[in-house]
Amino acid sequence: MAEKKHSIWVFGDYRNYFQNRVTLQLLSRANDLAKMIDAEVCATVFGHEVDEWVGEYIAHGASKVYVCDHPALTFYSTDIYVVLMERLVRQYGPEIILVGATSFGREFAPRLAKRLKTGLTADCVGLDINDEGLLVQTAPAFGGSLLTRIVTPEKRPQMATVRPGVFQEIPHNYQAAGEIVNVPLPDDLPEDRIRLVSSERQAAREQKLGDASVVVCGGRGMGSRKKFRNLYDLARVLGGEVGATRPVVYAKWADEDALVGQADKHISPKVLFSFGISGAIQHTAGIKNAGFIIAVNKNPNAAMMKMADVAIVADAGQVCTALIRELKKRIRS
Amino acid sequence: MLKMIVCMKQVPMVSDLPWDPITGTLTRGAAEGMMNPACKHALEAALLLKEKHDGHITAITMGPPSAEEILREAIALGADRCLMVSDPKMAGADTLATSFTLARAIEIFCPDFDLILCGCHTSDSETAQVGPQLSEELDIPSIASVESLELREKTLRITRVSDHFLETLEMDLPGLVTIATGRFIPRYASMAGLGDAFQDPGILTVGARDLGLDEHDVGLKGSATRILDIFTPVGRKENIVLTGAPKKIVEELFERFDDAIGSVIRKDLKAEK
Repeated sequence: MAEKKHSIWVFGDYRNYFQNRVTLQLLSRANDLAKMIDAEVCATVFGHEVDEWVGEYIAHGASKVYVCDHPALTFYSTDIYVVLMERLVRQYGPEIILVGATSFGREFAPRLAKRLKTGLTADCVGLDINDEGLLVQTAPAFGGSLLTRIVTPEKRPQMATVRPGVFQEIPHNYQAAGEIVNVPLPDDLPEDRIRLVSSERQAAREQKLGDASVVVCGGRGMGSRKKFRNLYDLARVLGGEVGATRPVVYAKWADEDALVGQADKHISPKVLFSFGISGAIQHTAGIKNAGFIIAVNKNPNAAMMKMADVAIVADAGQVCTALIRELKKRIRS
Repeated sequence: MLKMIVCMKQVPMVSDLPWDPITGTLTRGAAEGMMNPACKHALEAALLLKEKHDGHITAITMGPPSAEEILREAIALGADRCLMVSDPKMAGADTLATSFTLARAIEIFCPDFDLILCGCHTSDSETAQVGPQLSEELDIPSIASVESLELREKTLRITRVSDHFLETLEMDLPGLVTIATGRFIPRYASMAGLGDAFQDPGILTVGARDLGLDEHDVGLKGSATRILDIFTPVGRKENIVLTGAPKKIVEELFERFDDAIGSVIRKDLKAEK
């Protein structure tokens, strides 16, 4: 096979299901981009006993995987992973590095970019290649009301973090061939400056919301905590779950479990009711896979209203109350 | 004495940005500036440490002259000293250039710090990158999105939730943390405090030359990224718009979509004949 001109790297973030999913999604997009700039798609995997992930990444589109497998890497360490990655990047010179916008990725990628003195775009919701062969990174700005397209014209690699759920993963192919490059743990690694006292996996809390076929989401347009609580009544009548935007969680109208739209908290209901939500991209990124959307907002120009199948221009609280009443009337068990 | 630095940024009040109903774009000129909410949480975390450990807080911001307001607010809330990094040459800085510039200012004007606290992200660009990058630039350890912190001697013990893992970590100072929103609820400034803060002349303002930097190091010229354009996300659907009294709307909704909704919730939603 002819040697490719460039390489696109995807950081293998596998610590839990959602992180692994975003890695697979990035491998998929990296394959699209690779066709446009004559590149091979590579993954990096750091950790201990990571064969499972190496195989997974090859099956999902990585043609080469750089693996550093060592007991010293059992726990995720930003400090150590940054040093390892920096050395690999300097050795092999990838054109592009993509990192999932997980908690880990959002701490790891900026530090890596700083060491490499290159540009990094956070939380991309789109990646493309322009006529000049540059990676065009689309990212939200101003609270998600706007999108910005950003390039890194000169510095290399071009780096981006990407939210989970932005791209679709390629179906796995366990017959796919991939080259594995074993990277020995350098013996001159600096000491980790962060000491791990404990790390406990928390129970996945958002599963119910993530799997619900009906979700009632509310934003600040509900007006008050009291009115927001009406959404729980509506959800009960519909047999659904309640989701919330970030301002609502900050205002303590809803628990953090209900937060929809940030990394990991994606929902895909068949029917989504959206009350008093303006539609900042931080939220809408989490509802991209919703089926039928009914949005209620006083502002007909709100971004959320434009995404909806049915846009109801009215007070969100009043419509919620009217809906509960009408549903109770119509549902005759 | 625990010497702390809190980095803060002035941001537009995004939630109040008025939409232009005709063009569907933001009228940004109408936006007022405020202290980035996450920076307030970082300042609160610093103030709690100060109360406990005989601390001293320097508030730093980089921005246009108007950003001085948030430093005065920081003084009113309990910061001891302020540093304003401001220069037209610094405009358009990405996170690489911003963290570089802040690091030089810290090295020159507060080199003997123990702990730097930053908000976990800003509300305007939301990159969450400046904190971690500043720690790299200063070559000190850092931990992002901290939810609680406890200081013993020169060791900081923190907890945080990172990708569904509840982590307890330790770091020797000097170091940097970014503070998660939610745990450190910001206090209000007293009227007396605000009054004093606006008379307090003690804000040191420095520009690129004071930091020994030329225009290629800072602002747009010192940045690795370039913005191609900014645009309003467009909607994806031709939709049905319902207006009027809530009761009427709801009736119409069920008349047209009783099957679509009913099939999902497995109920017959047809009106009684």
